[in-house]
This record gives sequence, C-alpha cells and structure tokens, in this order.
Amino acid sequence: MTDKTSHISGGSSGAFWAVSLAPIVWIVLFFVVPLSVIWSYSFGRTLGLTEVAVTGTLDNYVRVFDPVYLLIFAKSLTFAAITTAICLIVGFPYALVMTFATPRGKILLLLGIMLPFWTNLLVRTYALMAVMRTEGWINDGLGLLGIGPVEMLHTNFAVVTGLVYVHLPFIVLPLFSTLDRLDRSLIEASLDLGAGHLRTIFQIVVPVVLPGILSAVLLCFIPALGSYLTPDLLGGPDSQMIASVIERQFKRANDWPFGAALSFMLMYLTLAAMVWRAWSDRRAGRKEAH
Amino acid sequence: MALFGKKPGDKGPLDYANRWPLRLWVGAVLLFLYLPLASLVLFSFNDSRRTIRWEGFTVDWYGKMMGDDALISAFANSLTIAAISTLFSVVLGTMTAIALWSFRFPGKGLFDGVVTLPIVVPEICMGVAMLVFFGTIAPWPHDLVWPFDLGAITIAHITFSFPFVAVVVRARLASFNREMEEAARDLGASELGALRDVLLPHVRPALISGALLAFTLSLDDFVITFFTAGPNTVTFPVKIYSMVRFSVTPEVNAASTVLMAITVALTLIGMKLQGRDIAQMEGH
Amino acid sequence: MSTSPSPLSGKTLIRFENVSKRFGSFIAVDNVSLDIEAGEFFSLLGPSGCGKTTLLRMLAGLETPTEGHILIDGVDMAGIPPNRRPVNMVFQSYAVFPHMNVADNVAYGLKIDKVPKAERDARVAEALALVKLSDFAHRRPDQLSGGQRQRVALARALVKRPKVLLLDEPLSALDAKLRDAMRAELAQIQRDVGVTFVMVTHDQDEALAMASRCALMNRGTLQQVAAPGDLYEYPANRFVADFIGTINLFEGTLSTDEPDHAAVTTAALDAPIHVNHGVTGAPDARVWVGIRPEKIAMTPLDAPRPTGPEALPQANVTSGIIVTSAYLGSVTLYDVETATGTIVKVSSPNGERSANPALPTGTSVWLHWTPTAPVVLVN
Repeated sequence: MTDKTSHISGGSSGAFWAVSLAPIVWIVLFFVVPLSVIWSYSFGRTLGLTEVAVTGTLDNYVRVFDPVYLLIFAKSLTFAAITTAICLIVGFPYALVMTFATPRGKILLLLGIMLPFWTNLLVRTYALMAVMRTEGWINDGLGLLGIGPVEMLHTNFAVVTGLVYVHLPFIVLPLFSTLDRLDRSLIEASLDLGAGHLRTIFQIVVPVVLPGILSAVLLCFIPALGSYLTPDLLGGPDSQMIASVIERQFKRANDWPFGAALSFMLMYLTLAAMVWRAWSDRRAGRKEAH
Repeated sequence: MALFGKKPGDKGPLDYANRWPLRLWVGAVLLFLYLPLASLVLFSFNDSRRTIRWEGFTVDWYGKMMGDDALISAFANSLTIAAISTLFSVVLGTMTAIALWSFRFPGKGLFDGVVTLPIVVPEICMGVAMLVFFGTIAPWPHDLVWPFDLGAITIAHITFSFPFVAVVVRARLASFNREMEEAARDLGASELGALRDVLLPHVRPALISGALLAFTLSLDDFVITFFTAGPNTVTFPVKIYSMVRFSVTPEVNAASTVLMAITVALTLIGMKLQGRDIAQMEGH
Repeated sequence: MSTSPSPLSGKTLIRFENVSKRFGSFIAVDNVSLDIEAGEFFSLLGPSGCGKTTLLRMLAGLETPTEGHILIDGVDMAGIPPNRRPVNMVFQSYAVFPHMNVADNVAYGLKIDKVPKAERDARVAEALALVKLSDFAHRRPDQLSGGQRQRVALARALVKRPKVLLLDEPLSALDAKLRDAMRAELAQIQRDVGVTFVMVTHDQDEALAMASRCALMNRGTLQQVAAPGDLYEYPANRFVADFIGTINLFEGTLSTDEPDHAAVTTAALDAPIHVNHGVTGAPDARVWVGIRPEKIAMTPLDAPRPTGPEALPQANVTSGIIVTSAYLGSVTLYDVETATGTIVKVSSPNGERSANPALPTGTSVWLHWTPTAPVVLVN
C-alpha cells in the first residue's frame, strides 16, 4: 500500500478515486461554481444586460432590507409557517393511522399519499386552479346553494391551500417513519396506567417523537418558503413570495446582483433552519449520552 | 372519548386504523388530494370547451393534443432529458454513496455536506444559478442538433437528481454486511470485483427506486428548467405552464392526464419491481 | 394428573372462561379456561408463540378476546378499555417514558387518577423505596441501567395499587447475574405487597423458581396448570414432560395396570419398567414412560447386577456404554447407549472432590432406577 492510504482508509486510494472523482468534479463544476458566481454577483453592480461588475458593494443587501422586500420576506415566512402548521394538523392523524394499519393498509395509505407527490407539480397546481376558479365546480356547487360565486383563485387563501396540497406528503412521510419507530409499548403503558387516548397522544407520543416532528416540520417549511409555482399560478398580486421577486430580477428587471442577494437571503434562511435543526439534534443527543 | 371507548368486535386499543373518526379524517385527506386530480381527468373527456358542466364523453381533446406539434416535441424533450438524467444520476449517485459509505478521507464531511445541498437549496436559487452559469460563464451553444441542444437542462437535472439517488443508495448500503465484501476479497475477488459482485446486487432495489426517483424528479421539474430552457428547448411542464397562464382548457387537462398516467404507471412498475427484488433477496 | 397443593387464598380473582383469540386464521389462544387466585404469583409459561403473551395482553385489555369472557374480581372485562382496568403491567421493554424523570414516570398514573399532590408524593416515594430507587428520583431514564429501568417500570405499576400486576418477560432483557438477583427480589416484593402477580415467561427456571403456580401453554392451549414441583415431577403429558427440564421418554405398551403399580414393556430397553402408580389406561394401551436423568443411578458393569423391584425383579435395570460425557461441575451429564441402541441421558452429582470426576466414554455401566422414578404418560 502506498503512503496515500494513510489519508484514505476503507480501501485503496485507487478504488477511492475511481468512485469519487466523477461525483466530486460534477458537483464542483455544476453546483459549487454556479452558486459561487451568484454569490459573487450579490456583491456587484449591473453594467449591461447580462454584465455584472463584482465590486464588493453591500448595496444589494441593504436594498433587501427595504420595507417593500422585508414585507415580502415576512409574507413568505408567514405563508410557509401557516402551511406547515396546517400540514402538521392534517398530516399527523394520517400518519398515525398509517402507522397502525395492517401491512396491506400501510402500502395503500403510502400509495395514497405518494401518488399525488409523484404527480407533476404543475399538473397538481393546475388541477387546483380548475377546481377553485370562478367557473370551477366548487363555485358551481356553492351556486346551487345560492351562495357565491366566491372569488377563491388568485387570493392568499388559494396560495395556502395550494401550498398545503403540494407539501402534505413532505410532512406525512417523515412523521410516519418517526411514528413507526416509536416503541408501541410506551402507548400501551400509558393506557395501562389509566390515560385516555388523547392524553396519551399529547403527553407521551408527541413529546417522545418531537425530534421527528421537528424534522418533518422543517422538511415541509423549507420547500414551502421557496415556492415559486404555487403563488405564481394561484396567488393574486398581493400574495407574492420571495421566489417570484427573485424570478423578476433575473427574467424581467434584469437586476442580477439584487436578485443574487435576494436568493442568498433565501439560502441563508434555509441554512439557518437546518443549522438550528442539527444543533437541537446534537443537544438532544448530548442529553442522551449523559 | 366515548368515540374511542366501548365498541364490540375484535379490536385492540391500538387499532387506530379502525377508529371511525380517524378513518373519516383519512378519507377527507384523500378526498382533498384526489378530488382535484379526478376532476382534471374527468373533464379531459368532457365534450365542452367551457369545462363547467359535464356535456358528454369525448376523446377529441386527446386528438387535439396529439396534433399539437409544439406539445408533442416538448413531451419528447422531457422524456429524453429524463432518460439521460436518470442514467447519469444513478451512476453518479451510486458512486457518491459508495465513496461516502466505504471510505474515510480528508474533507469527507465537506463532500457529504456539499453533495446534500442540492436537495435542500431552494429550487429558485438553483434555477437562477443555472441561468447565470449557462448564460454567461459557460454558454451552452444554441444551434446544436437535437438532443444535444438539451444539454444545459440535462446537466441541471442531473445535478439536482443524483444527490437524491445517493441518499437512497446510502440508506440501503447501511444494511449491508461488510463481512460479505471481506469474504469476497478473502475468496480472491479484487476490490472493484467485490464491489461489483457483492455490493451492487445488494443495493439493486435502491438503484431501482433511485432511478425511478430521478426520472420523476426530472419529468416533474419546472422551476429549474424554466430558468435553463431556451426558446427552442421547451419541456412539457414549461409548455403546460405557458398554456395554463392563459386559460384552463380541456387540451391542458388531456396533456396533464397523460403525464399523470405515465407517472402512476412508472410508480406502480417501480414498486412492483422493487418489491419483487427485495422479496427475492430476503427469500434466500 | 395430580392435584396442585392447597391454594393461597381460595378466592378466585381472575377467571378466563373459554377464551379464544384469533388473528386472521391464526389461533393464538384456543378455548382457555383458567382461574387465578388472589395473592398468587402465577406464571404463564411456554415456548414462543404459544399464546401466553396474548393471554396476558387480553387481561390488560391490550387485546380483545375473539370469544369467551375474562372476569377480574367477578366483573366481566368485556368492553372495558385498558385504562379502566384494575390491572397494571410491567412491559417487556419496560416502556419507561424517556422524556420524564424517574419520579414523573412513577407519578404519571397517579396524576391521571387525580391523586392529591401530597399523597402522590408520598406514594411515589414509597414505591421508589420499595424498588430501592429512592436516590434516583430525578434521574432521566437514559441515565439508568436496564435493571434500574425495570425497577422504574415496576414501581410505576405498583404505585397504582392494582389488583393484579402483569409482568411480560420481566427478566429477559437483563444479563444473567442481574436476572438471578432480580428473580429473588421480585418474589420478595410480591410477598411484601401481596398483590397478585401474573408473569409471562418462556424461561422454565424463572417460572419454577418464582411462581406459586404455573400454567404451561403450547399452541394456544393449556397443557397443565400446577405448582412448579408438580409440573416437574407429575407432568400431564409428553409436551409438559419434555418442556420442563430434561427427560428420557420411552414408548411402550401397558402390560400390567393395578391401582398401586403398573408395568410397561418397551422396545427401547431390554427390561420392562415398573412404576409405583396406577395408570387407568386400557390394557395394551400405547403409553410413554418418562424418567428424569438425575433419577437414574449408574454403577460400573463389573459390579454385581443391581436388583430390581420385588414385584418384578428383572425390571428397572439395564446396561449400556457411555458414549459422551459432559462435566458441568456440580453434575456430569452422560449419554449411555443401551444394547437396543437407545440413548439414555443420565445426570450424576459430583458429590465428592476427585481428579477424574467423570467416567470416561466407553465405560460399560449398569443403569437402574426405583419404581418411584418413572412417570407413565398416556398422551
């Protein structure tokens, strides 16, 4: 064995490079480099249509804190938070039923939540549009009852509904996997000690699977925060989220440096959420180690 | 709690799947998920342009869709991109998974982190990064012959797909008994030979689900493609998007139904293959 | 089958009436009727999958019987959920709530019962003292050893003062040393608190050592309900005889059957077997004779032939060659092959210190036993 193996263990360095060279090159060239370019642009100034001078200026970030954009950030966070909360409330009982279903029932319920998840995002959003528009059959039904038509499409309500519709699987699957790993005798012990089902769920199940719930919440919150298509198609003029503003900087306003700064703000928010998660995970782990 | 209490029959207290309030809840969730999709499919067969009422069965919209050259070429583009992206993603993803599972090396944490990033980075951020990269840093030639003109989109798709494959394969590798690899080496297999003969068969179910995931991710992607696509390289979702922005029409319903049918078929085939593969391996 | 010794109280606390439980087409418990008396340490014993755990869980209300009734203190438990039954359980995995400290775990059930705080604290302290965990009240479960966690589970169940305490394989997750210590301690705690214990175990040593009575189950049915000694010495059938301890079983036919003795001829041995109890089987019925290895005496073949019983001098004596021997310290186990080719297991105590305590393989020996040693089984 050569000297190099003192750095690389688990196999020969030849085998290591054989399996890792291509992925490393790919990820650096087509991911790290493009993101770095955007990052450097966020400290730059537009010169021409697609020309940017990286000057090291912080102007773009200062502009992010303009009330107009702060409001959009706040709105995006609010939309994502409401979406996550609704998904959690709607998804938890579903995941619970899935956990305690027969093996066959489990597969069917899994399929039930997965099929829409695998279905094209655009198709799903379009399906909602068709249902919610003024000539859609919800309004049709309301019309029969003598109500409406209610303007549902192009409202904040439509955006949240759409976000819930799209992100429900993101929360159900991790909830299911964490509930499935829960020691069932904990529930049985609680019942055995006299607790009812609701008390057992809130005092035993939820606290015990809390790390899993936090993961699920994050897995729902992060993509909801960065949503582009749903608010774009279902929302009205006042339901814009960050992604739409970023898109405008790149495709229409042609202010790449500002768009870059905005996307990195979104990235920082995402990463902050993940770091917080990793940190609380490690804290929980440390507690257990004691 | 009376709902959860006395009930005759063969039911244990943990039979949450059989309690009617919860069943009702699950039913409502499934209704919420499927009603819009079902109505989309239903109205693709509706004999009316204004899709408000059921006017009778027709497949005209499918015929119209087939005659729409732009839609068909967008569809062909999407399938081509998805196929190539899947192939590359499975190879790169498997290599990544093996590298991270099998070896310890300096910078492993960094590599692990960077390779996971495409999964968590908001699509819009990756989209604009790709726009800038292929727009200014490494402009993809516009005048290439099909399918090479799809290169930029395909590269973008591989970049966000292969980390997912890596996650799936790595999860499967965790259940691999390393002594099997050592036994193969002990019996005379070379290092890469042992990988091929012992490790790859073990991860095959993960390769199938990884491939399925990569294909669906590629077929599904709108945002990143939207930023990478040129005027002549339109994919199916991008095409539908441009149609949807104007109006809800039965042609879009028909096109969406076709796309849905493909996804459902792929998912079911994949689950079946995967189930058989695992059953076979565990049966031995 | 013999009768069990006089019960502890004579008051029936738990009654299973023709209880069956089916999971789909699988019959976990098949028409079991069983009475358990107040104050007993009762053990449900059997191989895995025999239905003992299902029986226990039905008692707790965690499973619902498909047929039959379960009565606790005369009250039919049908439709009564686990949280309203006067029983508490120590789970196999202990099921100590990981997010509560020891005292909170123990207090959980009392809080649900709305026991006033002062009384609650006193009872928690008392329960923790009982299981010797008073110094650990504020520890978190992840800071406890397996044995300590089990004590928490025990205290948590006992603090509710249940009519019945259920224990599901309570010692299986502990290491061997701790298991022996806990065995004695559990029995002591049961005597101290006087609560009826129903314990499920697959470990016969555990059941024999701790229980006042055992029910041995196989494939969902009760095989025998008896005191540990009776289970060992007077097994009701071949399954019981074989499951409890080690036994030599010889198939044969009943040649003599009187009220106070019987004789069995068997092709397995070149001598008939004479026993001091009647069988009440049909003449020439097919029976099995069981003889425990420690009840067979072994003398070298160069010694004079041991004499058989007076009534049948040629019986209960045979000869063979030692084919294997295993020295286990207190005893040595031998496999002896007889002239008919049957392997007879013999266990002989090593009563004296000796450099060569075991007889070498190849030694020819006499095997003989008294008429009180064998037991005749008709099924």
